[in-house]
Amino acid sequence: MSNAPVNSDRRKFLTLTTAVVGSVGAAAVAIPFVKSWSPSEKAKAAGAPVLVDVSKIQPGQLIRVEWRGKPVWVVSRPPKVLDELATLNELLRDPNSVEPQQPGYTANAQRSLKSDIFVAVGLCTHLGCSPTYLPDTFSEQVEGVESGFFCPCHGSKFDMAGRVFKNVPAPLNLVVPPHYYVSDSKILIGLDKGDADV
Amino acid sequence: MFKKLLRGGIDWVDARIPMTQTWNKHLAQYPTPVNFNFWYFFGSLAMLILVNQILTGIWLTMHYTPSAEGAFASIEYIMRDVPYGWLLRYMHSTGASAFFVVIYLHMYRSLLYGSYKQPRELIWLFGMFIFLALMAEAFMGYLLPWGQMSFWGAQVIISLFGAIPVIGDDLTLWIRGDYVVSGATLNRFFALHVIALPLALVVLVFLHIVALHEVGSNNPDGIEIKRKKGSVAEQDKSKFTFHKQYSARKDIIDAVPFHPYFTVKDIMGVAVFLIFFCAIIFFMPEGGGYFLEAPNFEPANALKTPSHIAPVWYYTPFYAILRAIPDKLIGVVFFGGSIVILFFLPWLDRCNVKSIRYRSWQHKLNITQFTICFIVLGILGALPATPLLTKIAQVGTIGYFGFFIALWFYSKNEKTKPLPKRLKFK
Repeated sequence: MSNAPVNSDRRKFLTLTTAVVGSVGAAAVAIPFVKSWSPSEKAKAAGAPVLVDVSKIQPGQLIRVEWRGKPVWVVSRPPKVLDELATLNELLRDPNSVEPQQPGYTANAQRSLKSDIFVAVGLCTHLGCSPTYLPDTFSEQVEGVESGFFCPCHGSKFDMAGRVFKNVPAPLNLVVPPHYYVSDSKILIGLDKGDADV
Repeated sequence: MFKKLLRGGIDWVDARIPMTQTWNKHLAQYPTPVNFNFWYFFGSLAMLILVNQILTGIWLTMHYTPSAEGAFASIEYIMRDVPYGWLLRYMHSTGASAFFVVIYLHMYRSLLYGSYKQPRELIWLFGMFIFLALMAEAFMGYLLPWGQMSFWGAQVIISLFGAIPVIGDDLTLWIRGDYVVSGATLNRFFALHVIALPLALVVLVFLHIVALHEVGSNNPDGIEIKRKKGSVAEQDKSKFTFHKQYSARKDIIDAVPFHPYFTVKDIMGVAVFLIFFCAIIFFMPEGGGYFLEAPNFEPANALKTPSHIAPVWYYTPFYAILRAIPDKLIGVVFFGGSIVILFFLPWLDRCNVKSIRYRSWQHKLNITQFTICFIVLGILGALPATPLLTKIAQVGTIGYFGFFIALWFYSKNEKTKPLPKRLKFK
């Protein structure tokens, strides 16, 4: 090799510079491939707010509406359930809604604007299944608590304010979406009060 | 006349590509241990199933519509209207489960006879990557029918990435391409399922076999059939002709050429396999709800999770580990760890003896408890979570990881039995 007509310094330099420039080029080419997996403009635009009439919901009843492809629950809680909420603090991970899982205006004891009507995104904070509403058989899951939400996938449990119980896989309370009352009986889900209308 | 023409044809090709040489090197003159048993059917069966999956997959693609609006209906169209569509689909869906049956047995063989050990670590690693690619392939394929189980299974598995601190949420958004599992997710999974992953699988299988043929097969006795040149007396050497790639550098004992001896054996294995395979395809294609789950006969509904969701049976052991841990991040770490730890098996096992036949009672006990834990976890992963079953799954999780930890400790100074000089066979 030593007698070969090769300038090894020059060859090393050329190899190195080619590799560096080539890598930069390869990284640049990767951008469109990686970026094309992000949500498209169409997917981003599909997040329009939803108007819900709450006047016909019976006490104890839950209705589902779709917002951004996700299930949103609107539940009417009878007074008995509301009284129960205050007694559960010991059993919950985040009873006072410290974690930012809700807009500021619902970071209260009932996690809602009006105490009886509860609005939440119906997806478990563990792995995104939609928990089952158990209006009167929840005591099979948590002794002494009559109603709540139980996730069939991995056994997470939430109370009637979407607050997560201790010792379940879900780490956080259910998400409360931005919403406000446009009239006494109608809620707009997807916008905060004062947000520009879409 | 015909023979001469054939000979001429072969010579013509051989002068241009090493056809005969490759045939001899990898089949007709490839030294294979004489004592292969039942456990050695599953490599060739896995390749048969791969061919079945690719072939039926290509044909299904001809009738399938990869969109959220059309997917579910196009599966029904294949099942009802396409001539023999039902058969192609059942061959494909049963093939997926059969693939995992065969691969698990194939991996278990390695575990029993120490086939992952030096000098076969790379074969094991390529094999593990095949296993990983296969899990991804099956997961993405399961989304395509766009049924309830497809949808919510994908929702759960993609959400696993959300447990990663800091980047988790953006990562899941990027994988889905939408704020929820949607048509965007379906289309990219379709592309990966029919192009990217099958290509990767074929390349990995090629590497797996190249690596295997370089060092040669292990066998149930776990002793090498290739000995140091000149160390074997002439009458002890195998009487067969092997390719010079193997015989020039080593003396070979107790071996027969792969073809025709093991091709014939494997064809017998194929025949028995096909009896079971066809019985399932024709008489119980849904596999009692374990191969095709009942909620998947309902179209995907983003607002309602089925009351009991469970993954397809081949993921259940790992899924049970995920569920056993009452913390999101730690659960996901253990779930991933239960697969990652398998990659390190060749280095966790520090014993010089390969086969379970000559290893200590501790090792036999450890493999037994591991087998039981794996099966129990597999059963639990398919059942709804109750407090008692979760407790059992936690014990199983300890047993699963305990296998590897215990192995690392006792294998260093293991009390093994003396190895035989020659392979044992009747």
